[in-house]
Amino acid sequence: MTAQQFNGAEMVVKALSALDVKYIFGYPGGSVLDIYDAIFQQEEVEHILVRHEQAATHMADGYARATGEVGVVLATSGPGATNCITGIATAYMDSIPMVVLAGQVATSLIGDDAFQETDIVGCSRPIVKHSFNCRNLEDIPNVIAKAFYIAKTGRPGPVVVELPKDMLIPQNKGKFHIETDVKMRSYNPTVKGHPKQIRKAVKTIKNAERLVVYSGGGIVLADASHLLTELVERLNAPCTNTLMGLGGISGTHENFIGMLGMHGSLEANKAMANADVILALGARFDDRVTNNVKKFCPNATIIHVDIDPTSISKTINAHVPVVGLIDIVIQQLIDELNNIEFAINKDKNNVWWEQINQWRAENSVSYVQDDGKIKPQRVIEAMYEITNGEAYVCSDVGQHQMFAAQYYPFARPRQWINSGGLGTMGFGLPAAMGVKLAFPDSHVICVTGDGSIQMNIQELSTCLQYNLPVVIISLNNRSLGMVRQWQDMIYGGRHSSSYMESLPDFTKLAEAYGHVGIKIDHIEELDSKLQQAFSIKNRLVFVDILVDEKEHVYPMQIRHGAVDDMWIRKGEKA
Amino acid sequence: MRRILAILLENEPGSLSRIVGLFSQRAFNIESLTVAPTEDQSLSRITIATNGDDRVLEQIVKQVNKLIDVIKITDITDRQHLERELLLIKVLAMNDKSRTEVKRITDIFRGAIVDIGKQVYTIQLTGDADKLNAFIETLANETEIIESVRSGCVGIARGEKALRA
Repeated sequence: MTAQQFNGAEMVVKALSALDVKYIFGYPGGSVLDIYDAIFQQEEVEHILVRHEQAATHMADGYARATGEVGVVLATSGPGATNCITGIATAYMDSIPMVVLAGQVATSLIGDDAFQETDIVGCSRPIVKHSFNCRNLEDIPNVIAKAFYIAKTGRPGPVVVELPKDMLIPQNKGKFHIETDVKMRSYNPTVKGHPKQIRKAVKTIKNAERLVVYSGGGIVLADASHLLTELVERLNAPCTNTLMGLGGISGTHENFIGMLGMHGSLEANKAMANADVILALGARFDDRVTNNVKKFCPNATIIHVDIDPTSISKTINAHVPVVGLIDIVIQQLIDELNNIEFAINKDKNNVWWEQINQWRAENSVSYVQDDGKIKPQRVIEAMYEITNGEAYVCSDVGQHQMFAAQYYPFARPRQWINSGGLGTMGFGLPAAMGVKLAFPDSHVICVTGDGSIQMNIQELSTCLQYNLPVVIISLNNRSLGMVRQWQDMIYGGRHSSSYMESLPDFTKLAEAYGHVGIKIDHIEELDSKLQQAFSIKNRLVFVDILVDEKEHVYPMQIRHGAVDDMWIRKGEKA
Repeated sequence: MRRILAILLENEPGSLSRIVGLFSQRAFNIESLTVAPTEDQSLSRITIATNGDDRVLEQIVKQVNKLIDVIKITDITDRQHLERELLLIKVLAMNDKSRTEVKRITDIFRGAIVDIGKQVYTIQLTGDADKLNAFIETLANETEIIESVRSGCVGIARGEKALRA
């Protein structure tokens, strides 16, 4: 008896099912119609039809960030695939596990400039962790299994799989075989930290007088927040998070000193600048953290733990490099601290905390409610109060993103979802949709602005189709706020192309898409109308809030300065 | 500083373009690059000559190593190693005097004249980059160079050290 035969399209879907994929996000087109036909004829994998492929990648991305699973995208060849590029780059910069299945013209046509032909593997090469061309029907399941393995292990990232049409058509059949336990001779990510480096790190920590724990997105990706918290408490060290690392330690933990970097708190940036030892955990010394690298923490000994060796000593030289999975390395550090019977030097620790608390007392992350206008910061605070700080907050990119990061203390990892590395406007709404799909019973907020929301607003239609009642909080300042802020501060107040003079009526637009629109333009009605918005459970609510257009994000690092050279408020330096 | 990197990688479609793409994407230099399958057809061996300070070199090695297709990379510059490059050069050899002189220079450099035309000699020479440069310079003083092609260097460690999968 011969084994059952399947065509390539069926193999794709069977492979996804074997890998426990629940949802794929995509858009049909000529070269992938066979896969769509195979999807139609089964029930294990559900397809979510977006309105633009970029949104499919962000939805898969949001889903991956919230769940820790691999986000899966399906797009047709040519424009379908190229529309995914921004989303792939977004996932790449933030190390998000994603697999993009892209159609391709038949192998016999490749290179002929056939209809809807693009070399998507070539286009995406600089922004993927890896990519595959499928040239043999029976390889499809194992190529997909490998793509998943690469996407989610080591430093996660997006993987593109190109599937030519002739691999998928019903006429071509083969045997289905999949090895979900993938082994590759050329890819074996380091898992444990080198014992010698662990001992060296602990020795450095032991001798520290002014230690700071600086943690990033790696903590979130590795679900290592409980270990981070344990380590921070064991050392009684101040802990600062990067934009990507927020929620890595609870935003209300007493050792948490806020976000650091460009719009970080005074205490976080001051602590970094004055530290004698910096313990960097799953962070990459991004330029939005360091400011001028030449002036960055010249007196600190830097211990840098990361899964990716290229992140270590790339921008800032690490004195004690440790390569390994962050959760395993933190456990190793805790074990070694116990091993040497580490005890906190209470006197020195107290002196350090007294200093930090003085910086804290400056209350740098604050604003003045000086007139009747709605301050964007107040909106985030109100949002926090109404949701008890428990909502998933998905952000677009701009001032609203920074306000959300500053004024919504995140209690847990994966609660804060934003495009930190690439800074992709248009990310927020589709990402929130991916999160809502995974957690339908939780409040999922898309914090956005009048600029960002228009970059993927077509997805309001997808929200209706799949009943994804996210709450859109749009901080509408009638301008591209962050651009305008820079123009105010650096370009003599010349607002070149930062106005949005022809904004739509967003509430009516939401209604046109079949949702609820609420407009807030008086401060007195802010709390009550927000309450109302969050009380509507089964419909998407678009809250258009007319905020003070002159508000700037502070604190803000001064360009080309040290990490703690900052503007605290308009015209006031730290 | 000039460095010689030896890379062993999967002989897959696109694996070379990943290496080349990485160098241009991250603004690393390539002085020369050679690639061919090894005795094990599933593997390719690349030798890259590049330059940069220690920090750039550290990044190059790490970034190349990070590519999924790459099995191993080593910087062989500082250890004892052999470095060879092939030169094929076509020069004008019009009369007895120039023919004799070209032959004499070729012998001194232990090259070989591998093809003769009515008015040209084609010479083959192997060696490290310095030797090839010196040969070309000497020839240029004696006659006219019509065309030349260099393979870029290949390198291998001396002794027992080996780069294997």
